[in-house]
Amino acid sequence: MTDKPIDPAELVDQLSALAGLPIQPEHHAGVVENFSRIMAVAQLVQEFPLPEDVEIATVFEP
Amino acid sequence: MSQSYPDATSIATSVRGKEISAKAAVAAALARIAAQNATYNCFTTVLADQAMADAEAIDAEIAAGQDPGPLAGVPFAVKDLFDVAGVTTLAGSKINAERPPASQDATLITRLKQAGAVLVGALNMDEYAYGFVTENSHYGPTRNPHDIDRVAGGSSGGSAAAVAAGLVPFTLGSDTNGSIRVPSSLCGIFGLKPTYGRLSRARTYPFVHSLDHLGPFARSVRDLALTFDLMQGPDPQDPVCTDRPPEFTLPQLALGIDDLRIAVAGDYFAKGAEPAVLEAVEQVALALGATERVIIPEAHRARAAAFVITGCEGSNLHLPDLKTRPQDFDPETRDRFLAGSLIPASWYLQAQRFRSWYRDRVRELFQQVDIILAPATPTPATLIGQKTFLIDGVEVPLRPNVGLYTQPLSFIGVPIVAVPVQQPGGLPIGIQVIAAPYQEAKALRVAAYLEAKGVVSAPVPELVER
Repeated sequence: MTDKPIDPAELVDQLSALAGLPIQPEHHAGVVENFSRIMAVAQLVQEFPLPEDVEIATVFEP
Repeated sequence: MSQSYPDATSIATSVRGKEISAKAAVAAALARIAAQNATYNCFTTVLADQAMADAEAIDAEIAAGQDPGPLAGVPFAVKDLFDVAGVTTLAGSKINAERPPASQDATLITRLKQAGAVLVGALNMDEYAYGFVTENSHYGPTRNPHDIDRVAGGSSGGSAAAVAAGLVPFTLGSDTNGSIRVPSSLCGIFGLKPTYGRLSRARTYPFVHSLDHLGPFARSVRDLALTFDLMQGPDPQDPVCTDRPPEFTLPQLALGIDDLRIAVAGDYFAKGAEPAVLEAVEQVALALGATERVIIPEAHRARAAAFVITGCEGSNLHLPDLKTRPQDFDPETRDRFLAGSLIPASWYLQAQRFRSWYRDRVRELFQQVDIILAPATPTPATLIGQKTFLIDGVEVPLRPNVGLYTQPLSFIGVPIVAVPVQQPGGLPIGIQVIAAPYQEAKALRVAAYLEAKGVVSAPVPELVER
């Protein structure tokens, strides 16, 4: 993510084109609303500094 | 437990003691379902003929001097994402209704049937388990037995409401971000989300592989413990299912709480809830003598990471249908799935790495305490159709926020019992009793202690006809 303001509607259009996932016009507003929510929460995760040695648990052992 | 609604343990005792037949026990459940399901809309499938045949077989075993098992003749039902042989697994969707019937029961159903339990049907849910309300656009909303104008919670809403209404003594559901604990809370019953990987998920329809758990709902703690014990054990058909030997919890229920260090979750878990919810936490803490507060660090970020993983993994599963037939999804889940399918890989990977980091912090916390208490939901049951509610005085969308307190915990797979506090003149509310990984017995011991003290209970509310 960059400091440049991102237009979620534009991003949804670009990412859906990249994914080959057509978004029907009647679904567009709902998808943008949901993607905006995901962007906001993803920011919280992205900005958190993690040590390099923290690995993904492929089969998760709690 | 009232006389008219015995729990599973009582029913099995009566059946094994030949006080009632399995057939009578199952017929009684089917009669309740026939009379009341139109009101509550818990069931998507009722297996009346098969259930009566299975009950007859149990009675035949008893007549032949055999022991059908600790759940002899006990009727139960499962969220309709469990495979049931001969029935199409809907997972709350219209799309999967086109699929052929399942050829084999889910592992957990097989284990319960081997213990003598009788499957009577499949239960309503949010489409593909993506939701906290069970207002399913294809199969209708499940109604809360405490107030039929209110939601049962979700996504295992049918599972919780069927138990709360006394239709069956226990059910099974799934919990990815709170889908056992949220409906348990809103319907005022007991629910157990075991440790991630503790129970086999084989032959159940997945939502989010990294986060999916299965578990029981019941009206007594001993039923939770008994059914959990019977379902434990390794299963090579679920790669996540643990190889650890089962740890039986039922024999430990009466051990009390003297040796347990119990604390209340502060900070994130003490904010945002309605005052009555926080009062219920205090009521439970007081009964347990828990005065210490602990902070689960970065819980808000854990919820965020669970949100990202859920959107990404959940939608990936449905990508072919999202591309070709989005109009066939429930509108309330469709846009969330479509948005989730656009999540960049680095967001997902960072969320998964954060999960490992956060798991280690919570493990450290459990070096200091054995049990942590937290609310299960920020509010009691909301109205059917309600779109927003207040968190800390701010109006927020309801559906993505009901899991505020559940999501950061299922994220790292710790076992949790949701215990119901009945509020006089008000709606019930659930409290999460959280233990360290694989310490289900400790959480169940605390629940049993609270139940014995009368602090938590799951009475069947009076049916209010419309």
